[in-house]
Amino acid sequence: MEIHKYEKWWLVFGGGTLLVFLIVLGVSAFHGGTHPNNSKWTINYEKVDEIAPFDNPGVHKVEGKDWDYEVVLVAQAFAYTPMEIEIPVGSKVRFIATTKDVIHGLGIAGTNINLMLEPGYVSEKITTVDEVGEYTIVCNEYCGTGHALMYSTLKVVDPNDNSN
Amino acid sequence: MTTATKETTQSTITTSVKEKIEKVDRRDAKLALAHIYVAFIALFLGGIAGLLQVLVRSGSFDLPSFINYYQVLTVHGVLLGLVLTTFFIMGFQAAGVSRSCGTFTDKQRAIGWAGFWVSTVGLVAAAAMILTNEASVLYTFYAPLQAHWIYYLGLALVIVGSWLSSLAQVMRFNQWRKEHKGQTTPLLGFMVVVNNFLWFVATLGVAVEVLVQLIPWSLGLVERVDVLLSRTLFWYFGHALVYFWLLPAYMIWYVVIPKVIGGKIFSDALAKLSFMLFLILSVPVGLHHQFTEPGIDPLWKFIQTILTMFVVVPSLMTAFSLFATFELRGRELGGKGIFGWFKKLPWNDSRFLLPFIAMVAFIPGGATGIVNASYQLNELVHNTIWVTGHFHLTVATGVALTYIGAAFWLIPHLNGRKLTKRANSMANCVGILWAIGMAIMSGAMHVAGLLGAPRRSAYSTYGGSEQATEWISYQVAQAIGGSILFIAILIITALIIYVSFFAPKGEEEFPIGEVAAGSAPTPAILENFKVWGVIMIAVIIFAYTIPIFDIINNSPLGSVGYKLW
Repeated sequence: MEIHKYEKWWLVFGGGTLLVFLIVLGVSAFHGGTHPNNSKWTINYEKVDEIAPFDNPGVHKVEGKDWDYEVVLVAQAFAYTPMEIEIPVGSKVRFIATTKDVIHGLGIAGTNINLMLEPGYVSEKITTVDEVGEYTIVCNEYCGTGHALMYSTLKVVDPNDNSN
Repeated sequence: MTTATKETTQSTITTSVKEKIEKVDRRDAKLALAHIYVAFIALFLGGIAGLLQVLVRSGSFDLPSFINYYQVLTVHGVLLGLVLTTFFIMGFQAAGVSRSCGTFTDKQRAIGWAGFWVSTVGLVAAAAMILTNEASVLYTFYAPLQAHWIYYLGLALVIVGSWLSSLAQVMRFNQWRKEHKGQTTPLLGFMVVVNNFLWFVATLGVAVEVLVQLIPWSLGLVERVDVLLSRTLFWYFGHALVYFWLLPAYMIWYVVIPKVIGGKIFSDALAKLSFMLFLILSVPVGLHHQFTEPGIDPLWKFIQTILTMFVVVPSLMTAFSLFATFELRGRELGGKGIFGWFKKLPWNDSRFLLPFIAMVAFIPGGATGIVNASYQLNELVHNTIWVTGHFHLTVATGVALTYIGAAFWLIPHLNGRKLTKRANSMANCVGILWAIGMAIMSGAMHVAGLLGAPRRSAYSTYGGSEQATEWISYQVAQAIGGSILFIAILIITALIIYVSFFAPKGEEEFPIGEVAAGSAPTPAILENFKVWGVIMIAVIIFAYTIPIFDIINNSPLGSVGYKLW
């Protein structure tokens, strides 16, 4: 089979672009550590309230770890616990979340924190919160009638700013 | 005198032979039309659902209390994502096989009809469950939300019916091959068989999910279901599904359009190669819908990212072939300079204009698809309305507008009527309205999605959040775009009724292009389904065995069913 000269150029150009693109993604993920949620931590979803750290949802300052804060979130139809999270700007944070019933989503609008929460699994993401502001946490996976009413708020605050 | 008679007889024979080859047999036409009518009823009803959704999301409209938003959303997804597509494809492919390989035998046609009725019964069963609010689980029916078992069974029947329809088409193609040993197969028939092969292998995933997991669970025979496994089986099917939608549009682009514009098919071999590449690469990419899910190894997610990028290649080939055909034809008609040929294309012919708009939409649609499939980039857009914007460019324009444009000539071809000049102009209006409406709606969806607005969500201010307020202005834009699209759907429905029952009797062509004279013969290897089938299965086994083994091995306590609507 004969392939036209221009088509060869076109495929080399297109294929080459994809290859470069894949290399950028791969290096960024496997070298830079920018993986999406890959947690393999499993849990009995019917006993979430009794199992640490979900027995105590909220923001916890931690010592001696690679991150400064742990944010523990529990999702259930149709609410997150807690309803509000406050973290000082510049902190490194580990988000830990799970669901007590059906699948929920955890999307923090305006960021790349986006986790599926599935019954029996804990989802995780480590990130640095580097911009002051109020971010809406929305359930972005359909979970039932009250789906669009399910949200929480992440406040990234500047501890040195006393204007409020 | 004798000579004259002879000549007449001769010409009668020529005409009848010509008719035999170029016109779909009346009995096959009925089978194809039955499918196509169901498809367009689905478009009309699904369009109403779509209109209701954009109006609700604009914040200025409330649904009556007896319908919930997610019921409407389920109707929209099932009717447009599964019914319009599957029924149109099976109708178009039946006609295409009959046209390119010859009329079905009675047995083949009977299998085709059995397929139609099994699918239709399934559709009615699923619809009854949705309308009685027993199945507001959307068309992806993610467990542990649990619908009535009849809903799952209905959807399974739609798929089983499509297997029967596919089987009839494959049998007809094989018959052609037996009767024409050693010859290059008709391109359209070949493409239909590739698509059916792809569909069969892909639907095995969802069939296992529904038959082994969901139906016993919703019947109460088993208490718990493995949620992650069910999602993985769904997406094993779910992404190949989009290629199943896309390939018939490619058939029209590759085979029909060259004839419509008066040109030739650029290369039979390249077209077949691109279809075989789709066959081997369409299935083992489903994990790219599951990047943000726990429980799946990053290495396998990334391997499927790479495979997803490979599947871009046959689309690049297609783009080249199509534009090469356009340019060659434009130059043949005297187009000069770099872009002069462009003006020579038949812009007033809806058989060209609608699929052309579809192709143009597919370019940004493909690009945003690459973003979605890009592993960590997916975090920014996953489950935001950006994704909805993306597939309204690909499936709801690239694919659907091609189908719609084809229906306007295919229906009159099948029932012996004409696409009149006036109807053709109305069809062109549809194309333009679709382009405008979709640009507004899909554009607003893309931007709102980047700002974090979720998909599949009713109107909400999220407690008066500043970000959500920003999304709502884009939702108003989506309502404007969606309303324009709904007007287009009304015109389409009117046109379909017109060409089905009222257009003047006559002959409308089923255009099938010929391969360009200079193009090289097609190597036999490209038509060897065994070789490509083995490669396909091997790649699937490679891409899925370890992830599925891991999921089953590490699975937590399964989930009971929930009905939260």
